[in-house]
Amino acid sequence: MAPSLSKLLRTAATTAKPPSWNGLRAACTRSISSESYSDKTTITVETNLPFTTHQCEPPSRIVETTPAELMKFYADMFTMRRMEIAADSLYKSKLIRGFCHLYDGQEAVCTGMEAALTRKDCIITAYRDHCLFYGRGGTLLEVFAELMGRKDGCSHGKGGSMHFYKKENGFYGGHGIVGAQVPLGCGLAFAQKYSKAEAVTFALYGDGAANQGQLFEALNMSALWNLPAVLVCENNHYGMGTAEWRAAKSPAYYKRGDYAPGLKVDGMDVFAVKQAAKFAKEHALKNGPIILEMDTYRYHGHSMSDPGSTYRTRDEISGVRQERDPIERVRKLVLAHNIATPAELKDIEKEAKKEVDDAIALAKECSLPDSSELFSHVYVKGFGTEAFGADRKELKGLLP
Amino acid sequence: MWGALQQKSGLATLVSSLKHGQVLERLVPMAFTPSRKLSTAAKEMTVRDALNSAIDEEMSADPKVFLMGEEVGEYQGAYKISKGLLQKFGPDRVLDTPITEAGFTGIGVGAAYYGLRPIVEFMTFNFAMQAIDQIINSAAKTNYMSAGQISVPIVFRGPNGAAAGVGAQHSHCYAAWYGSCPGLKVLTPYSAEDSRGLMKAAIRDPDPVIFLENELLYGESFPVSAECLDPSFCLPIGKAKIEREGKDVTITAFSKMVGYALQAAQELEKEGISAEVINLRSIRPLDRATINASVRKTSRLVTVEEGFPQHGIGAEICASVVEESFEYLDAPVERITGADVPMPYAANLERLAVPQVEDIVHASKRACYRAVPMSAVV
Repeated sequence: MAPSLSKLLRTAATTAKPPSWNGLRAACTRSISSESYSDKTTITVETNLPFTTHQCEPPSRIVETTPAELMKFYADMFTMRRMEIAADSLYKSKLIRGFCHLYDGQEAVCTGMEAALTRKDCIITAYRDHCLFYGRGGTLLEVFAELMGRKDGCSHGKGGSMHFYKKENGFYGGHGIVGAQVPLGCGLAFAQKYSKAEAVTFALYGDGAANQGQLFEALNMSALWNLPAVLVCENNHYGMGTAEWRAAKSPAYYKRGDYAPGLKVDGMDVFAVKQAAKFAKEHALKNGPIILEMDTYRYHGHSMSDPGSTYRTRDEISGVRQERDPIERVRKLVLAHNIATPAELKDIEKEAKKEVDDAIALAKECSLPDSSELFSHVYVKGFGTEAFGADRKELKGLLP
Repeated sequence: MWGALQQKSGLATLVSSLKHGQVLERLVPMAFTPSRKLSTAAKEMTVRDALNSAIDEEMSADPKVFLMGEEVGEYQGAYKISKGLLQKFGPDRVLDTPITEAGFTGIGVGAAYYGLRPIVEFMTFNFAMQAIDQIINSAAKTNYMSAGQISVPIVFRGPNGAAAGVGAQHSHCYAAWYGSCPGLKVLTPYSAEDSRGLMKAAIRDPDPVIFLENELLYGESFPVSAECLDPSFCLPIGKAKIEREGKDVTITAFSKMVGYALQAAQELEKEGISAEVINLRSIRPLDRATINASVRKTSRLVTVEEGFPQHGIGAEICASVVEESFEYLDAPVERITGADVPMPYAANLERLAVPQVEDIVHASKRACYRAVPMSAVV
């Protein structure tokens, strides 16, 4: 059984030895238990809004779930929310540098998608990737260590906030250039079909990226070649500081695929997302690409250097938080169906906060990557050539 | 910052600037009245304000000049370089584009074909890679291919190179990429004076200009003369500036590295090595005359750049000096560059991946055969 996090911390402190990597990973795996809730009882939920369609019939608004799934949704989304808010503080105290794009408000999109997919399916996204990574099985320690540029981060500190990956769980990053991830995602789908994997790729992009030409090029080829690609537009209505209506002649992104069918989904409703993702996966496996537009919202600005209030009103932000917050929705369902009491939900929240805080404490103790890592992973096969540092006569490495 | 200190040290710098062919029309009378010179040199300006004022003045002077890019209008500019311009010139001349570089760059080049004078902003030059076909094939080569019928009076501007902690995809330096392409002019301002003078020159120039700024320089303040503040101020394209005169070793640098080179020169001075610091200002055309004249004086050369070493600016400068001033060299040319790896995020690795002042000092000492620091001061 995995040693407890606190035991590992104590051992590390007394022996002055760094905790083992596998021990750390095991200890930081989600331990919030939804196992005590039934996964046999079925609960029927109706999505908040109907689906709007383009070139297809909508899936049913009636979604089946279980108490266990509901509680997992709550715990996962709450953890994601805490994680992003903690990242905000860490950035302000300069432990996180460079760019930091936060996902709070959008949790239902990645949580609902995970419920419909397996780890054989692939997910790829842009730079707002912390929660997607977590949803794909990344640990909080890997998140915070990477954000702080430490060697136990998921990219050993070399990637940073925008470059999280977990290939073994089908998460392909983590990309900094707007739009580039969409053709990449179609490429993953190409490889899945080529390998007869019977799996799909969900390529996520924002309303800002939705106008990129390369998206349409990739979609065209995906349709011609019948690739199992699902293009998911996380429409949070602002591309950095530009509202969708100022960037897109047609902000009906679910229709922009033209010949490709599309579905517009309430992205703040985790069950609508789950249902749409399930529908899209089935479609893509048989009939090629489909577009999902998730109507969602980010509470933070575009990044930590954007206050997020020069191009939208504070009333708008608080309005969404009050009317449409995805975690609140699940909480209401949990209470309405008597699955847990407010006190039990509070326990789950406390556990999540503690997990986040523990991971941060551990990440802060992690060392920076070794200097030799400057030259590692430039190539898979470097033929022993030299690579140089800033002063080529003082610092160089051999690329293995 | 160090550049500011240098310029405050007075006439010597001004005189050397005049020697290198720069036209400083109104400065000469002022130079003879020290008190007035003090008051004119006392005005400071950030690089950000320098760029903003230059673009503002050129847009006022010529109605054909317009600005397009992401967040340049309502957001006031991602780095606030275009602050106030939408309010002043209106939405017909300051256009917020969608996040579609290939498309809006092509649109800008097409407008330039017709005779307008676009300024296309890239939020960083990393994103310009999406548009590089339009820059090279549609802008750089067209005057040649059309035998002069279609000129392309366009400016592509934005931050270039590393910032702080922004990772591999946001830290690339494109000076060598654009610098190799005939048909383009490539400018790299350092100070506020550079920024104002070179931006005005770029906008007035009839050819496509790549204007490589640096995010970390935007907030830095430099003293500016009254002459520099005048709307008619302009710096020549293709002329480097001797930022600091010296006799023992030549250090070439551009953009942010000029500040580092000046700091290195201060350190070297303490050890009795007099370094001449050249601010390239122009990557293409490269001021080979100034560089070679300096090397013929000092016999030693250290080139400094942020970008990757192979096929970089230092490589070209070294070749030029070997071709034209071989007999004058007393030591191998030293290159200080960014490390030959994608930019890592971790702070310690990033520090190893970009040039530091001590790297420039070491290389300069090696060029002077003083790799081990001397204990006695000359």
